[in-house]
Amino acid sequence: MATEVMLEKYSGEVFTVSIGATKQEGGSRSHTIKIGGQKALPYLFPEGAIPNKPVIAYEIWDIPPVDWSAELSSAYGAALKDPFTWAEKCVRDFKAEILCVRLQGAHPEFGNRSAAEEANFIKALLKKIDVPLIITESGDDTKDNQVLPACCEAAKGERLLVGSAAQDNYKTLAAAVLADGHNIIAESPIDINIAKQLNILISDMSLPLERIVINPTIGALGYGLEYAYTIMERSRLAALAGDKTVSSPFICFVGQESWRAKEAKLAVSEMPAWGPEVERGVIWEAVTATALIQAGADILVMRHPKAAAQVGKYIDNLMVRGK
Amino acid sequence: MALSGLDIYKLLPKTNCRECGFVTCLAFAMQLAKKAVSIDKCPSLSAEAKRILEASSQPPIKLVIIGEADKRLEIGNETVLFRHEEKFHRPCGIGFIIDDNLTDEEIKKKINKINQLEFERVGQSLSVNLLAIKQSGGKEKFVKAVELILNNTKLNIILMPADLDSLKAALEISRLRRPLVCYANAVNAAEIAKIAKEFNVPLAVTAADLDGLSSLTKELNNQGISELVLHTGTKPIAEKIWDLTQIRRLALKKSNRSLGYPAMVITGSSDPYQEVIEAATYIVKYAGIVLLKGSEPWQALSLLTLRQNIYTDPQKPLQIEPKLYPIGNVTDKSPVLVTTNFSLSYFTVLGEVEASKIPAYIISVDTEGMSVLTAWAAEKFTPEKIADSMNKFAVEKAVSHKRLIIPGYVAMMSGEMEDKTGWEIIVGPKEAAGIPSFLKGLA
Repeated sequence: MATEVMLEKYSGEVFTVSIGATKQEGGSRSHTIKIGGQKALPYLFPEGAIPNKPVIAYEIWDIPPVDWSAELSSAYGAALKDPFTWAEKCVRDFKAEILCVRLQGAHPEFGNRSAAEEANFIKALLKKIDVPLIITESGDDTKDNQVLPACCEAAKGERLLVGSAAQDNYKTLAAAVLADGHNIIAESPIDINIAKQLNILISDMSLPLERIVINPTIGALGYGLEYAYTIMERSRLAALAGDKTVSSPFICFVGQESWRAKEAKLAVSEMPAWGPEVERGVIWEAVTATALIQAGADILVMRHPKAAAQVGKYIDNLMVRGK
Repeated sequence: MALSGLDIYKLLPKTNCRECGFVTCLAFAMQLAKKAVSIDKCPSLSAEAKRILEASSQPPIKLVIIGEADKRLEIGNETVLFRHEEKFHRPCGIGFIIDDNLTDEEIKKKINKINQLEFERVGQSLSVNLLAIKQSGGKEKFVKAVELILNNTKLNIILMPADLDSLKAALEISRLRRPLVCYANAVNAAEIAKIAKEFNVPLAVTAADLDGLSSLTKELNNQGISELVLHTGTKPIAEKIWDLTQIRRLALKKSNRSLGYPAMVITGSSDPYQEVIEAATYIVKYAGIVLLKGSEPWQALSLLTLRQNIYTDPQKPLQIEPKLYPIGNVTDKSPVLVTTNFSLSYFTVLGEVEASKIPAYIISVDTEGMSVLTAWAAEKFTPEKIADSMNKFAVEKAVSHKRLIIPGYVAMMSGEMEDKTGWEIIVGPKEAAGIPSFLKGLA
């Protein structure tokens, strides 16, 4: 008797979120990135549509990055000193399809740039490069609530992805994102219920669920990766079962977390048994990304161009459809 | 598939004879369903009923043991498709393939390198499990390579012979190590089954699809071979994920016994990064054994760490020993931070303290592995508990000041903490990421 494969039937699907508006759509981006839309668990192609591949967003900062390891910094060299050169390098040399700009310079401890300065920076960046952008916060709530709305306005009509809204601080950003036609990142601390709750709160402000991307908060390989993995897997199962409040695509800040790991940074001289740090750092970021892709990640914000390239190659191989 | 109490009851004699120690057959059936008693307690069970009950009590995925003694690899017996449903039970075997066309010296060098792949992480010792030897040349060369492996490593062995004659010769010298034999296929099944039986070794079975695998395992089962590992050959990654998922699903959800075995995967890529990435995919997606070629420390460390993460019991977080940890070149002026003994909390705080480059003490309080907020809510991270820990670890002897930094999330207990300890309580950041700038601000 032939072995009959077991197909799961799902009623729900992940919302499709479009990032970046082209000229025809009232923006100035060269292309649009679409994420989400899955009707099956990760890469079980015979079971349902998986229309979009996971995308890698290169992380850049508005100021020269602080605390980046020597290996990581050397991958960009002098370009780190100027965000425009840095952004161009990502697009031109590394073929980045989308960039994630962290407005670290707005933080009171990292330069305290004003809302107007950051808005001008975003405007100039949008002129310099034409890929879609993700804009993220400095981490200082008070400042971010001034800076992010100003940046939303500066990029009005470009349909960017802006974050992050949190359970105790979402209204200002949600209102700005809604007014200027962007998408929003909703961040929850490895907690499926808070993710749901926040999505409901945001959609109550008339920002549709189709414009929300969940940041489930991840840990790097060896640093709580399994918590994020399982939360994402559970959320995705709930989404496929029809729960619209968790049917948003996921964004995972892979680079930021991976490069904090000792295993990614420590020099071989300090830990000879671990071998050279060059490959170690790259693989730490790449394996973190890989596991999260298998848990359902849609956007991976990455730092090391080598890690990003390897994961990009993997994604291409992964998207080779099965029988 | 597990039978319900009522299903079992239907198979019992229904005489309520009480010989089993229960008042009624139904009560006995209920205990059987819970696996609380053994079926042997019933003296008047029919042979047919016994067969059905025994079959139903077998785990849906067979346990397979490769190797012997302490380092043996036990895979299978998995019970769920998703970690949150229970946990993944038996960490998959990770190993490397060595080709016998290398010189003896090269083989030895490779084995020695692989022997070094042991790491200590979060208080656990992590190591690779398997060494596969693949035959490319003649029988003698293969046997010589197997001998080198036998003499130079305690790792478990996988034999990948080119023909059955070479396999036999290799098993003559390696049988006591219980190697996994590759592969039984549609052509050699009958013959290789005899060999596996004679030498009492587990057998890997290969076919390109599940149908092929299923009929092979049935055939081998009929010949009395039951320790099997499934292999569907080289395929694109998504197809491998599909095969692995179907094998696990059909075994667990459809009680398909002919696929109720652990599965193995060999990475297809020859790029050192891509093979690790591929292996990582199979580790999270149900592989029982993952084999690759590259054996650099960075390759092994990342995969072993991923395996450790994924096979952690979601209900039982990893814990570290509660104590006072000096970080860096501490002095009696160094700041003191307190956190829980949940590995993740501790290691996150540790990472940030290290990143700050400011030497400091971290007190890890025994919260039974709960994180800060959970432990606080469960009253495992209270002013009393923290004060007790400080006494136990003699914190006041380690430093000359009396200032304690507590996590920002438990700022509400700072008043009570000051009363309990007599120390000045400083509320630290909510997120560990804020520690470096916080510590710099203190100085």
